Amino acid sequence: MHTSNTTATGAESGEPAVTRRCLERDAWGRLVWVDEAGVRHVGVHAARAFPLSDAEGFVSILDEGGLELAWIESVAELSESTRRILEEELRQRGFMPVITRIVRVSSDTPPADWEVETDRGPTRFRLESEDDVRRVGPRRVVISDALKMRYQVPDTRDLEAYGRRHLERYLY
Amino acid sequence: MFGLDLDDELRFAAGELILTPTRLWHMDQSAAGGGRGRSWPLDPGFELRVGDRSGLGLIEWVGPEGRVASWRFTSGRMSAARDFLERYTATRRGETTSEADGASKPRACPVCGAGLGPDQTECHRCADRAAKPGFSALLRLTRFAGKRRAMIALGMLLTLASTAAGLVPPYLTQPLLDDVLIPRRHFELFPWYMAALAGAAVLAWLLSWARTYVVAWFSERIAADLRNQTYEHLQRLSLEYFGGKRTGDLMSRIGSDTDRINNFLSINLLDFSTDLVMITLTSAMLFWLDPWLALATLAPFPIIAWLVGMVRGRLKRGFQRGNRAWSEMTSVLADTIPGIRVVKAFAQERREVERFRESNDRVLTANDRINTTWAFFGPMISLLTQLGLLSVWGFGAWRVYQGDITPGILMAFQVYISRFYVRLESMSRMVQATQRAAASTHRIFEILDRVPSIPEPTRPVHLGRVRGEIEFRNVAFRHGARPILEDISLSVQPGEMIGLVGPSGAGKSTLVNLVCRFYDVGEGAILVDGVDIRSFPVSEYRRNIGIVLQEPFLFYGTIAENIAYGMPGAAHEAIVAAARAARAHEFILRLPDGYDSIVGERGQSLSGGERQRISIARALLIDPRILILDEATSSVDTETEREIQVALDNLIEGRTTIAIAHRLSTLRRADRLVVLEHGRVVESGPHQDLLENPSGMFSRLHRAQVELALGVAE
Repeated sequence: MHTSNTTATGAESGEPAVTRRCLERDAWGRLVWVDEAGVRHVGVHAARAFPLSDAEGFVSILDEGGLELAWIESVAELSESTRRILEEELRQRGFMPVITRIVRVSSDTPPADWEVETDRGPTRFRLESEDDVRRVGPRRVVISDALKMRYQVPDTRDLEAYGRRHLERYLY
Repeated sequence: MFGLDLDDELRFAAGELILTPTRLWHMDQSAAGGGRGRSWPLDPGFELRVGDRSGLGLIEWVGPEGRVASWRFTSGRMSAARDFLERYTATRRGETTSEADGASKPRACPVCGAGLGPDQTECHRCADRAAKPGFSALLRLTRFAGKRRAMIALGMLLTLASTAAGLVPPYLTQPLLDDVLIPRRHFELFPWYMAALAGAAVLAWLLSWARTYVVAWFSERIAADLRNQTYEHLQRLSLEYFGGKRTGDLMSRIGSDTDRINNFLSINLLDFSTDLVMITLTSAMLFWLDPWLALATLAPFPIIAWLVGMVRGRLKRGFQRGNRAWSEMTSVLADTIPGIRVVKAFAQERREVERFRESNDRVLTANDRINTTWAFFGPMISLLTQLGLLSVWGFGAWRVYQGDITPGILMAFQVYISRFYVRLESMSRMVQATQRAAASTHRIFEILDRVPSIPEPTRPVHLGRVRGEIEFRNVAFRHGARPILEDISLSVQPGEMIGLVGPSGAGKSTLVNLVCRFYDVGEGAILVDGVDIRSFPVSEYRRNIGIVLQEPFLFYGTIAENIAYGMPGAAHEAIVAAARAARAHEFILRLPDGYDSIVGERGQSLSGGERQRISIARALLIDPRILILDEATSSVDTETEREIQVALDNLIEGRTTIAIAHRLSTLRRADRLVVLEHGRVVESGPHQDLLENPSGMFSRLHRAQVELALGVAE
């Protein structure tokens, strides 16, 4: 759905330049991107280019067909409200609970059931293969479970000895 | 003058063709011919032809009525024959040339006659043959030991000290027995003896702890150095080498063979040196205590030495066979695991299992053979040492009875000897370990001794960034005796795009491989910006070349890492810019991890077109002056090709491009098309010009493709 009409928004503020290149959420909860020309693109979504290696910068706004509408080098260049909407959207997109404690691991070798506490509450998942534990930074680890749902450990040193021992088995 | 090396019957025999201003002479210099000569006048209507027939060279003297005479020669003399033909042509034109004229021409290898680069004195095939391992493989490991000299010396010292400490207790048993226990007096000395024995044991323990650690430390490092250096060397070898090797074999050499050497150094060599020190010190001790009894102890030695000699050769052959069998087994794995789709598609799982079983059986057989020898050898040594022990008891008891020695001395002897023989046994195990390690070392040095056939220039010309002018000057290349390319002369302007067209096997890929310097030319030269590419340092030169292959290879890693492969550490902005230009940006953003998505083996699965666009971005990022497209769009459908084409157009812009394509549509942007057939350029020119010659090769290919396309449409 490429709903594009050229009604310039923000006429009430009298300063159209400020309200261009901004995000809004419409009555149906869809994201609306207003580009430089003031054209409204409804139903867009946002994606980070480097969600793991550079979790703060580089955001792309794409239309429903996956075509890029805007490239944002840094969220700092956006207005306050746009930034809030964008961050909320990106949080939903990159749902990746942070593991705070590893309670119990059923087996030393995969497949194993992991019982963990995360920042979104306690959960359990099944680790299928050792390849699903992946180091993405010096201390950051991303774990994909059997259903391809992902969890992260921002710093392996923050885990208790039990959890660290189990995790480090996969990190050579 | 041209030296022939075959006669009419294709036997090796010397002969000569001599050119005078008016006549062509053939001198038969073989034993049978005895220097007879024939000659022909250089009449108009006659001509000299040089050709290549099934691996052999052929010179023909052809008149108006047909062939008058012909001579054959081996293909190594081909470039000399070409020179001869050139001189003939010059003579016919009335120019006078001398042999000395050859100085300005490309020189030829003195051994085989292949063409040489400006700095080479010998062609790489001959240089390669010259480098052969001359001496025992294990000794060559010292080359790697040099760096760890200090630690090795420390290890030796600790070995000596700990062994000496181990000799103290038996030395104390003699006075303990003779002075305290047997006379039953001086019991106040007993605690001192006990303390000394305990002290010696603790000291020996501490020293051997330190020794084991130090020795393990340096041998681990020597093995790591060996692995690094072997891999580094492997990376320098040309594609030609990899073409003839099996992945699994190379993997097993770098992996398990270095590990065997490590085990040998840390465990066996350590034991061996301890044993050696122990045996020397013990025998000194024995002779000091009682020379006659000592001689009886050494009695089994000659038999053991003879046994060792017998078993050694057998074990060595066994281990070599074992290692070969092992790498063959690894090869089967390295072969079938990447090809698993084909295996499953053709339902050949059973056959592959059978193939693995067979090679595993070969490993089993090889190991059984070793074990048979070994099973006999080990217990045999044990038996001999038992007999030795017995003879000492007998001879010693007799000497005690005679009053020559005290019971204490006999006791000390027995304690020493039991150690002595244990050492002897473990030394004999060394035979096995040495042979195993020697076999592995040999396999490692087989790689290290390989001279890279793409030699670095001795006087390198540094080029920085090239303009991108390429000139092929009489380039020829052969694979063994089979000619792949012959006499290619072509010059490409900076920024020009050349399309290489021709049937399979015409030599298109070889030509671009030569430009990349994956191989070196056999004859002639390739010049970039007017300089022979063999004068440039290889990696500096290749930095100017971007390549997009038919099957894009992605390494295990993130998309960003794959794009930045040629320029590690490139900024994110640059990576995104390259991906955008390659039309890869948007599909990358659709992946859950964007540029951080893992691809390659075990990674995110991408379509052929997507992978191709990543490889185009990879080539774009390094911003090369020369671009090679080797069938870049052949493995994708026409729809994807259209997408890739846009990306390619961005890539081609402003760069010297050599593109190979089966689909002529891919080459619509080419400034000039070069049609190759049987290794020769048969046509070249802009698209339109070539189409205007209806009998030309290009027109035929074009018609075939149009017909095919129409046929599909119907």
